[in-house]
Amino acid sequence: MNLIISLIIGVLFSASLFLMFQKSFFKLIIGVILFGYATTFFLFTVGGVTKNAPPLLSEAKAAVDQLADPLPQALTLTAIVISIGVQLFVIVLLKKVYEEVGTEDLDELNTTDKIK
Amino acid sequence: MTDTIPTLLLFPLWVLLAAFVFCIFSWQRAKVQAAIAVVAGFLYLAAAAGLFMEVSQNGIQVIQIGDWPAPFGITLVADLLAAGMVLISAVVAFAIILYSLQDISTARKKKGFYPVLLVMMFGVCGSFLTGDIFNLYVWFEVMLVASFVLIVLGNSKKQLEGAVKYVTLSFISSGFLLTGSAILYKLTGTLNMADLSVAIAQHPNQELITVSAVFFLTGFGIKAALFPFFSWLPASYPTPPISVVGLMAGLLTKVGVYALIRFFTLLYTYDLPTTHSVLLVLAGLTMFFGVLGAIAQRNFKKILSFHIVSQIGYMIMGLALFTPLAIAGSIFYIIHHILVKTNLFLISGIVKITNGHYALSKLGGVYDRYPFVTVLFAVSALSLAGIPPLSGFWGKFILAKAGLASEAYIIVAVSLLVGLLTLFSMSKIWVSVFWSATPESDSNPPQLDGRTLFRRYYCLLLASVFLTLCTLGISFYPDFLISFSEQAAEQLLNPDAYINAVLNP
Repeated sequence: MNLIISLIIGVLFSASLFLMFQKSFFKLIIGVILFGYATTFFLFTVGGVTKNAPPLLSEAKAAVDQLADPLPQALTLTAIVISIGVQLFVIVLLKKVYEEVGTEDLDELNTTDKIK
Repeated sequence: MTDTIPTLLLFPLWVLLAAFVFCIFSWQRAKVQAAIAVVAGFLYLAAAAGLFMEVSQNGIQVIQIGDWPAPFGITLVADLLAAGMVLISAVVAFAIILYSLQDISTARKKKGFYPVLLVMMFGVCGSFLTGDIFNLYVWFEVMLVASFVLIVLGNSKKQLEGAVKYVTLSFISSGFLLTGSAILYKLTGTLNMADLSVAIAQHPNQELITVSAVFFLTGFGIKAALFPFFSWLPASYPTPPISVVGLMAGLLTKVGVYALIRFFTLLYTYDLPTTHSVLLVLAGLTMFFGVLGAIAQRNFKKILSFHIVSQIGYMIMGLALFTPLAIAGSIFYIIHHILVKTNLFLISGIVKITNGHYALSKLGGVYDRYPFVTVLFAVSALSLAGIPPLSGFWGKFILAKAGLASEAYIIVAVSLLVGLLTLFSMSKIWVSVFWSATPESDSNPPQLDGRTLFRRYYCLLLASVFLTLCTLGISFYPDFLISFSEQAAEQLLNPDAYINAVLNP
């Protein structure tokens, strides 16, 4: 299970970086979204991934070590909300840029880098 | 709880949040929002000064939100460095709010310039005061999202293009911070900085912890515009109106530097030869390539933007040398740089009003027509280049002395060479903007005489004079700031006081 999850996280990170290195706006958006998923998923798995453990325990036989740590899950919720906000901003920004500049090639966004 | 709850710690945050809420209720009413922002800027300055006095007299202030004990609750801490940074951010914010009254167009104000500005300051102030790495991430996001809005507000083509680079790289940097926090939490089981400091020192497998150091170095390095990651800064900073550029140039990168100083003095001190020599190499490269970029440029705002990058190198150099004197030099340099750099951008805005351009080839004759503006520029520019007795000289002198004392001759040589090159590119602005004759190619430049400039744009000049006076203050009476920097460095290098204040109240 852990091996599969770590492979998934690795694939998500590398796919997102690969997409962000491309020229197209659309691939940049997908890359940003995947990058958000990769980081939040990594944060989520830090708490441990367990299965078949009952959610309610009596105090007498609290087998705490069988349960996942809830704190990273709480942090993950916060991080998801934040990264969705930023992703929406990126989508709207790129739509606006497309309307204004009239291209969807990131390499053509170079007017601010020219020496003049 | 004892009866001495250090509420002073919360005042700066309260002021900004309350002002933001008031601004939301007066949406679209630009004048009301401007009035609220001016009052809030003044109160924030007062609250920050109060906090600074309290911390310098009574030591580190800690508050646990919701009264949960330290490693579990949300901790806000103000040591000398944090309180000093809050104070200097308040000084700059006040000057910028004053400047923006006449610099920002009413259309931009109606779209919510002031509320977003206040939220950004809220995020900056929170990042300085937090004592918890996940909260630091959240504060960073508050600051970043507000800065995204500020940088695109007005929707000009250049702003949008710059924003694409800025937003994407900032998003990646936040992702790195989050991943680093996750690794640290997995290895130590805590997120509280003071608790982490203890846990890391006792950790059996410190090589693994260095992995998280790499993530934080990358994340904060992107925010602070360190060497391999600085390309977003010159692409995006020169695009929005001057009030926004001044605030971002002055403060935002320095929040990244502050976080680096905090992490690499409190947490990652177990393997100095590895971590801090990486920092030293990055510092040297940042200085050198930043100033090379500045030399190549022929635009007022872009030269200043590349100078930000090269000056970040000096601050990281002090951190990397890791002696009390060197860190004191870093802190001195940060405060000097925030004042001077913001002021230089404000002056570039005033010059733009007189001539209508930022390109050096189209500017000229400012010395003849506006001697007062020239004096303001000269003070800041010479201070940035490090000419004695101005404040930049003291910063560079302390850093060079600390470098020589720890026998890091190469970095000292690089820093002195970069100082020379900084002077060279500043003199390029000086010659073509201030000394040269008014270019004749301009068909219709808005010719104002000095008096009209004063009468029509007094807020711009007032803001700039205010910052110039602060610069002159720390130039001619540097003792206060130097002793403050030394005490703050002392606190950073002996984190026991910080840890005790947080964990054993």
